[in-house]
Amino acid sequence: MNAIATPTLAQVLDHPGIWRRSADRQPRVRALSTGWTSLDAKLPGGGWPQGALSEILFEHDGLGELDLVMPALAALTQEHRRVIFVAPPYLPYAPALAAAGVDLRFLHEIQAGSTEAAWSMEQCLRSGCCGAVVGWLPDIDYRSLRRLQLAAESGDACAMIFRPAAHAAQNSPAALRLKVSNSDEATYVDVLKSRGLLTTTAPLLRMRA
Amino acid sequence: MLWACLRFPGLAFSAAFAATPEAGPSALLDHRTRQRLIAAANAEATTHGVRRGQSLAAARALCSSLEVRPRDPDAEGRLLAELAAWCYQFSGHVSLVPPHAILMEVGASLRLFDGWPVLAERLRSGLAAQGHAHTLAATPFAAASWVFAAHADGMVLPEREGVRRMLGALPLNQSGLPVATVTSLHAMGFRRLEEVFRLPRPELTRRIGREGVNWLDRIRGEAADALPAWQPPANFRQKIEFDGELDGSQPLLFPLRRLTRALANLLAARDGGVQRFTLTLDHARGESTRVVVAMAAPQRDAERLFELARTRLERVTLPAPARAIELDAEELPVFRPPLRDLFEPVRGDGLDWPALDERLRARLGDAALRQIALVADHRPERASRYGTPGATVSLPRRRRPLWLLPRPMPMRPDPAAVLAGPERIESGWWDGDDARRDYYIVRTVHGQQAWAYLPPGTLDGWMLHGWFA
Repeated sequence: MNAIATPTLAQVLDHPGIWRRSADRQPRVRALSTGWTSLDAKLPGGGWPQGALSEILFEHDGLGELDLVMPALAALTQEHRRVIFVAPPYLPYAPALAAAGVDLRFLHEIQAGSTEAAWSMEQCLRSGCCGAVVGWLPDIDYRSLRRLQLAAESGDACAMIFRPAAHAAQNSPAALRLKVSNSDEATYVDVLKSRGLLTTTAPLLRMRA
Repeated sequence: MLWACLRFPGLAFSAAFAATPEAGPSALLDHRTRQRLIAAANAEATTHGVRRGQSLAAARALCSSLEVRPRDPDAEGRLLAELAAWCYQFSGHVSLVPPHAILMEVGASLRLFDGWPVLAERLRSGLAAQGHAHTLAATPFAAASWVFAAHADGMVLPEREGVRRMLGALPLNQSGLPVATVTSLHAMGFRRLEEVFRLPRPELTRRIGREGVNWLDRIRGEAADALPAWQPPANFRQKIEFDGELDGSQPLLFPLRRLTRALANLLAARDGGVQRFTLTLDHARGESTRVVVAMAAPQRDAERLFELARTRLERVTLPAPARAIELDAEELPVFRPPLRDLFEPVRGDGLDWPALDERLRARLGDAALRQIALVADHRPERASRYGTPGATVSLPRRRRPLWLLPRPMPMRPDPAAVLAGPERIESGWWDGDDARRDYYIVRTVHGQQAWAYLPPGTLDGWMLHGWFA
């Protein structure tokens, strides 16, 4: 007699790793609210995927690419969870960070070259004691991205990586890929890739209009 | 009361060969006599026929490859104190018995360590891990434990009567009495301690003197033993000098491991930790290299301290071969074990923040890891600095950019549109670094929002100072 019950189709479909294109209910993606209501409504799980890598591709500095992630990071620091900036391209400016609601005691910055930066990010993600690790790694390759994705999974941390929009055509293991671009004096956030179902094909967010 | 006695027959060797592991036949020279006599020989030298009391010339004749070093009583004393520090974790009353024994009262700690067999096992495995040959005995009388540790390793006699019976059966030359006394007792026809114990006291005193009788009383527990209690020192400083010169960091690891282990032992004894220590490497001509090892939180694990010191040491290029290594720890703060949330799931590779912080600092250097603090200053470049975030200061009411350029740079091309401004910032005349600027929030041709300024009263010469990223 077979002691292990054969799973029913419903049970199989219930598995979080399986999603159906036509399903009316969202697959269960654990997520961290972005703080942008309209964005939360459209992203699977309702925010930045937890325990996964999100990639943000931006055309230029100063389009609001950091504004996009700031509410989620601020919320983490207010919960006394650490947020790490790895190799930021400029000086993170304390008055603006504080104005965005960041508790500076829980924000750390790591200055490192490109190989060390990827290593640091991986260590932080894997440690399991960081809420989010945000890296600026323009030259990172697919293998390193994959390592970061796995590290984020094992540490259950939120990994975010900022790269120039020129890399949009490259393959990426990230769970979520967003592109931040500007046209008609407004900033648009488009989705390039998303694990899980999206409810829209239009730009996710229009900022600074 | 239960006194455990640990004797370290190899202590003199370990102390003399601290810098490099002894390899091959080695022997120690007695430092007291003018003739150069062998004081001890290791197993390999013994197989060649090298014996204690031989002259150096005779020993060299027996074994040409014999490595000889003089005994170093200071180093032996330090090593014994280091072992006492380690023992201090098992007992509140540890006493040094120079040259190479330690007595500790373990009766009070038996319950804590689940009885003698478990405690003995912990003592033995701990000492074996540190590479110290030892013998161990425990009885209610300190002096008796010392006697048994020498000749009956592993002897445990919790009962007073049992101790006296076992002592009685001991041959006189194992009794701990001075050699001269033993010889004269032998001449009188005595062979075992019980025969001596049966003698009437006045008779015994006449034959072996007050000292001898007193010793016999101490081993039988009839006279109290006043044992000075060892106290852990308040700081740590230990130096190992090499025979020759060691080049590169690799050969330094052996003495380094010894030093960090000694430090860890002291820390365990003090129930303290160390947050910062200095390694000093001496070179020829009085030069030296200092390596500072600093940690985010006090540490005391021997392995961790060694790893940290090793990674720091390996990053340093030594200008010359090293002659000695010194570890100096001034401050030994109270150790607080990391607090963990009771309900927090512990992941396989999980690290707490101090551990992660250390791992990052060890590889990237201290300067690579920073925090950002607010400063109450109107000059934009001074309102934010790297440092420990402190009290909140009042924030500027106007919008500020998330990215600040390390220094303002000319903006090309000129902004496409001005979105807000000007905001006059004029400050710093009191410290000679005064600034007088009109800040605007502008949009570039690419749609970027930037924070730029103009000198007051002008309309060109835009300087870019930040991005509203």
